[in-house]
Amino acid sequence: MKKVKYRHSTSRLLLLSVAFFISFSVLGIAQEEASQDAAAEGQEQTDESSGESSGDSAATSDLGDPANGKSLFNSLCAACHKPYSASIGPALHGVTEKRDMDWLYSWIKNSQELIASGDNEAVAIYEEYNQTAMPAFPQLSNTDIDDILAYVEQPKPEPQATQTGGESAGGESSGGGVSVNVILGILLFVLVMLLAVLFLVNKTLRNFATASGVVIPEKPKRKPIWKSFVENQFLVLVSAVFGLLVIGWFAYGFFMQIGIDQGYQPIQPIHYSHRIHAGDNEIDCKYCHSSARTSKHSGIPSLNVCMNCHKTISEVAPETATEDYSKEFYDGEIAKLYDAVGWNPAEQDYTGEEKPVKWVRIHNLPDFAYFNHSQHVTVGGIQCQKCHGPIQEMEVVYQDAPLTMGWCINCHRETNVRMEGNEYYEKIHEELSKKYGVEELTVAQMGGLECAKCHY
Amino acid sequence: MKNLFYKTIVLFLVGGVVMSCADSDEPNYQYMPDMYKPIGYETYGEYDIFVNGQEAKLPVEGTIPRGWMPYDYENTPEGMANAKANLNNPLPYTEDNLNEGKQLYTIYCAVCHGDNGDGKGILAEREKILGIPSYDDAGRAITEGSVYHVIYYGLNSMGSYAAQTSEEERWKITHYVMNLKNELEGGEEIPFEEEKEASIAEANPVEVQRAQQNAEESQGEGAALTLDEENNN
Repeated sequence: MKKVKYRHSTSRLLLLSVAFFISFSVLGIAQEEASQDAAAEGQEQTDESSGESSGDSAATSDLGDPANGKSLFNSLCAACHKPYSASIGPALHGVTEKRDMDWLYSWIKNSQELIASGDNEAVAIYEEYNQTAMPAFPQLSNTDIDDILAYVEQPKPEPQATQTGGESAGGESSGGGVSVNVILGILLFVLVMLLAVLFLVNKTLRNFATASGVVIPEKPKRKPIWKSFVENQFLVLVSAVFGLLVIGWFAYGFFMQIGIDQGYQPIQPIHYSHRIHAGDNEIDCKYCHSSARTSKHSGIPSLNVCMNCHKTISEVAPETATEDYSKEFYDGEIAKLYDAVGWNPAEQDYTGEEKPVKWVRIHNLPDFAYFNHSQHVTVGGIQCQKCHGPIQEMEVVYQDAPLTMGWCINCHRETNVRMEGNEYYEKIHEELSKKYGVEELTVAQMGGLECAKCHY
Repeated sequence: MKNLFYKTIVLFLVGGVVMSCADSDEPNYQYMPDMYKPIGYETYGEYDIFVNGQEAKLPVEGTIPRGWMPYDYENTPEGMANAKANLNNPLPYTEDNLNEGKQLYTIYCAVCHGDNGDGKGILAEREKILGIPSYDDAGRAITEGSVYHVIYYGLNSMGSYAAQTSEEERWKITHYVMNLKNELEGGEEIPFEEEKEASIAEANPVEVQRAQQNAEESQGEGAALTLDEENNN
């Protein structure tokens, strides 16, 4: 992991010189968070509004019931077949015109038997698809197969239908955001207009006054306010004390934020959205970060974990797209994954040209601190969100906790150790409970604040 | 008065410029980062001296680390059929094993296969991944061996889970999957077995069984398939 070099930070001398302004950056971050929340809400809206827009509008076929066929197809066939494009198996649309119905029945019920019997058509298709065996489906009756074929033979749904659904949903949710801006703009415009009108009225009135010979009495010059301020020694003293306090406040605030990367949100090589994966699809954190259970490191998942699902998911659903990120954008990011792992979606095959994805690490501890994920996650049973923030709502991950030593120690003082069901703690719990006179032991009482526990 | 007004504007501009400098795309500056940067090679680090810049390097093919055994069945239809017929779960069917299997199942499998194993996980309900069969699918007729084999290698659309789970964990998941299959088929509850002392590494019957299979099959086939397991743990 290459980190940004801190030593040659001459460009930051400027920053240091006007350091106390940095404290304002907190405001900036807060605003970003707010906008992210807004984006997430917008996404929920689109999810609700777009639903069964691509309903079963297709004409009923003479083969059977397409609705029943759809559920059967989705649970049994869709792993290898798509109706309109080739996958592991061939595209099925139009198969009833090519093949005999009786042949289809026997093929679907047990294709291997048919091949073994030496049927010419069966052997030909088996050879064409690299001798990939299709599993047998003895549980399907002829009517079930009719239903499936009826679903498959439906004409391809017009893509426009789903697109318009998505767009209209997006328009609705975006309407709220735009209208606030418009109202603000109108208010500002009105204010400017009022000022201009006032100025013009004042000017014309003065013109009238000079024209009609009225002399406007001039106000006598008052003593400048700063002069009277300087002459009042008490005020000067008070404001000097106040100024010193303010300087001290900002100086202390500046020194305390050195080396803290809270809110660090770099741009990753692939726009991976935790919001979609962990939030919308409710994939468990440990599905991808599996080594958090067993290892010191909660590793970045390797690309084979990505391909477990994205072998079949090559593009996002239209309702996943948000205002900020379109469907084309997300599809492009999945294409980047395919590029990195060397997957050819057209031929459903690996090319063997791999290149690792250079993710940017966000949560960094200095090398002299030892942190072990497995003993916090598996033994301690701590929720991921406690340290990493609402990760399931993050479109782009940022560092939520400061990860300072004070933050660690604070949690060790407040958290109880999970003693029950853990043989290791049986004896030590008895002894320490006596020593501290408590039933529940915090990590600090177990020695979780000793230097060598984390710093060797 | 006007002078003060301009000064305020300038102050705001300076403040704005400074604020835009402190952006969240860059890590913060540090004061004397003596031992911040590791001298040793970090896990997942990028270093020029390695192939592809990757610190994580593949072990030599055919090597076997302690506490780990290669899986002897091949990733072919024949290997699948062989495992389906011959491979048995070395772990006893105890409540602990079943509960741990359930936890692991919930993490890795339930997202597609559903909490009940009926193929209706959240990804199937949202129509992200389709074609997930139920565990009581008669055409597949899963057995302990075939469940383990498919977790290890994957099958068609399903990928391998060998990188995310250890051997023992896969067998625990297998216990839970067979339990779910039994429930779906409406069978009687399987009684728990006695807890045996032996852990998986010491389970002699397994090793004897393995040795026999090794002798039967041609030598040196299983070992090459072990790499991605060690790569990610």
